[in-house]
Amino acid sequence: MKDTEGYVTADGRQIGGTLMEMRNITLRFGGVVAIQDISFDIREGEVRAIIGPNGAGKSSMLNVISGFYTPSEGEVWYKGSKRPPMKPFEVARQGVARTFQNIALFEGMTVLDNVMTGRLTHMNAGITSQALWWGKARDEEMENREKVERVIDFLEIQNIRKTPVGRLPYGLKKRVELARALAAEPSLLLLDEPMAGMNVEEKEDMSRFILDVNDEFGTTICLIEHDMGVVMDLSDRVVVMDYGKKIGDGTPDEVRNNQDVIDAYLGVPH
Amino acid sequence: MLYRTAGQFKTSYVADQALFTVKQDAFLLGIILLLGWVVFPLTASEFTFQTLLIPILIYALAAMGLNILTGFAGQLSLGTGAFMGVGAYACYKMVTLFPWMNPIIAILLSGVFSAGIGVAFGVPSLRIKGFYLAIATLAAQFFLVWLFEKWSWLYNYNASGAIQVPNLEMFGVFVSGPQAASVTEYYIVLFVVTLLTLLCINLTRGNLGRTWKATRDMDIAAELIGINLMKSKLTAFAVSSYVVGVAGALYVFMWKGAAEPNVFDIPLSFQVLFIAIIGGLGSIMGNYLGAILIVGLPVVLNVVAGTQVFQMSALGAAVLVALVAAVAFLGWVARNGWTIGAVAGFAVLTLIYGYAQTQGFRIDSALIEHINVMIIGALIIFFLIIEPHGLNQLWRLIREKLIIWPFPH
Repeated sequence: MKDTEGYVTADGRQIGGTLMEMRNITLRFGGVVAIQDISFDIREGEVRAIIGPNGAGKSSMLNVISGFYTPSEGEVWYKGSKRPPMKPFEVARQGVARTFQNIALFEGMTVLDNVMTGRLTHMNAGITSQALWWGKARDEEMENREKVERVIDFLEIQNIRKTPVGRLPYGLKKRVELARALAAEPSLLLLDEPMAGMNVEEKEDMSRFILDVNDEFGTTICLIEHDMGVVMDLSDRVVVMDYGKKIGDGTPDEVRNNQDVIDAYLGVPH
Repeated sequence: MLYRTAGQFKTSYVADQALFTVKQDAFLLGIILLLGWVVFPLTASEFTFQTLLIPILIYALAAMGLNILTGFAGQLSLGTGAFMGVGAYACYKMVTLFPWMNPIIAILLSGVFSAGIGVAFGVPSLRIKGFYLAIATLAAQFFLVWLFEKWSWLYNYNASGAIQVPNLEMFGVFVSGPQAASVTEYYIVLFVVTLLTLLCINLTRGNLGRTWKATRDMDIAAELIGINLMKSKLTAFAVSSYVVGVAGALYVFMWKGAAEPNVFDIPLSFQVLFIAIIGGLGSIMGNYLGAILIVGLPVVLNVVAGTQVFQMSALGAAVLVALVAAVAFLGWVARNGWTIGAVAGFAVLTLIYGYAQTQGFRIDSALIEHINVMIIGALIIFFLIIEPHGLNQLWRLIREKLIIWPFPH
């Protein structure tokens, strides 16, 4: 059942109904419990953050959402229906795009080609048409190139579009990765530590891009981030995890004043 | 001044993604096509056709097939020789079962069979990668060659156990078999190779090409952005084996004239793999450069060694090489570059050899054969260390430099 009533954020944006809902997700690797009975939802148009100390299970959670892991128990509800167990590429085709903690670009390809791979899910010309570079394949190529160029303009990477990705500096690689995910025009964009390893200036740029994406395309974003300042500024609602359990969920202010969260981050004498 | 991109504006995405975005490239290709389609056939001798032109094209095609699988899709294969064999045997069976069949159609169709076999042996690639996959394809290599030997239906129960190409006619002209003229065979090979090259270029620059490259560069990320790895790998195996199979059919029907099963044994796989590596993995043009080097080098060495000029100029060449070596050594001291070290080593060897020449040391063909093997081996090591992307990358760098020449940036 889809929850249709939304809420209004602190800065006055209307947030829609539930896009994705995690219900009692548990993930085990043998005897290790990475995620234990966690439920939360992601609503249309919001920026949802998952935070927590190292090893809390944040990345595992993201991998469950993107279909890389199948949860041991629990259900994933997406766009109002329960998601059956499926391969990661099928999840991607349903409109979930993601970036990676350690950059996972295709090093041997140019920036343009990398971003074009983001459009793969929208292209379906047959092999004959592609081999002849005629008809549907060519039209499709041009159509999608135009969309990709829009993303390239948006993220201001026009000048490097023909550069092989391997030659780019770290910060730009992160941006290209965001471009690749955006090119897919996802309903849900997952960002795994988009600011990791960046300096202040690059972080500011990246934050602005994330907000712009949310604002201009209305993309729902779910991100993991360690920089608390960034998380509290960017996100509408925050899930806090510790040792695989959910210890807090709410607006940044609520989370900031939650005693469990403070304990988890600062440590408490046992 | 060869490459000036100034003033060549692109105003549409179609123009930007055209085959040749720089006019000079198209011009260069025009010259090469002119040479291949007009000048060579008019001027080449029987010897040139049979030892250089036809085999270079066929090997380049086989390497291109392998390159699609290994260079573009990142799946290592050691079964190329056997897949060429599948193409050759399929073609043989077709022209003997249906003698009315157009030979070119038969050759193009024979790839379909090798594609099927290739996909079957590509299935393990879904579970295993890298060296382990190479071993799995090695199984294909051994199994298929064994099959060619044991399954006598394949060679029509010939007493010799070999397939013998019959005289095939097309519009009243013999195109294959003992009666066919080399120039006819050359044109057929050239036609097929040109056609398949064009198709492969289109496939590799389009959506499928990106899917393959993504699979090669990072398969986990590829899957998470929506690529069906199974489909990507199996299409790579299918397209690759198709091209390789057609190359195999050409190999027997347009060049060798007859083939025993052991022709398709592992040395052939390695030879094609070397061409692909030396030419450049992940490129189309590199296969031609690699084939020219690997096929052309032995011929050139043989011819050169047989001439009087060579015998007399050995000392002169040795002196020249020694000079180059001296310069190279200085450069090596300056840069400590591997390139120059290798050149220096090669030069010293040549110097010693040149000296031996002047002392009345005669060269025989067995020695040339050995030198050949040594040079090819050295080249492979050279490329693996210095330029993993092969001759194609060298050309690309030269081209980049030419575009901005005489300025450094």
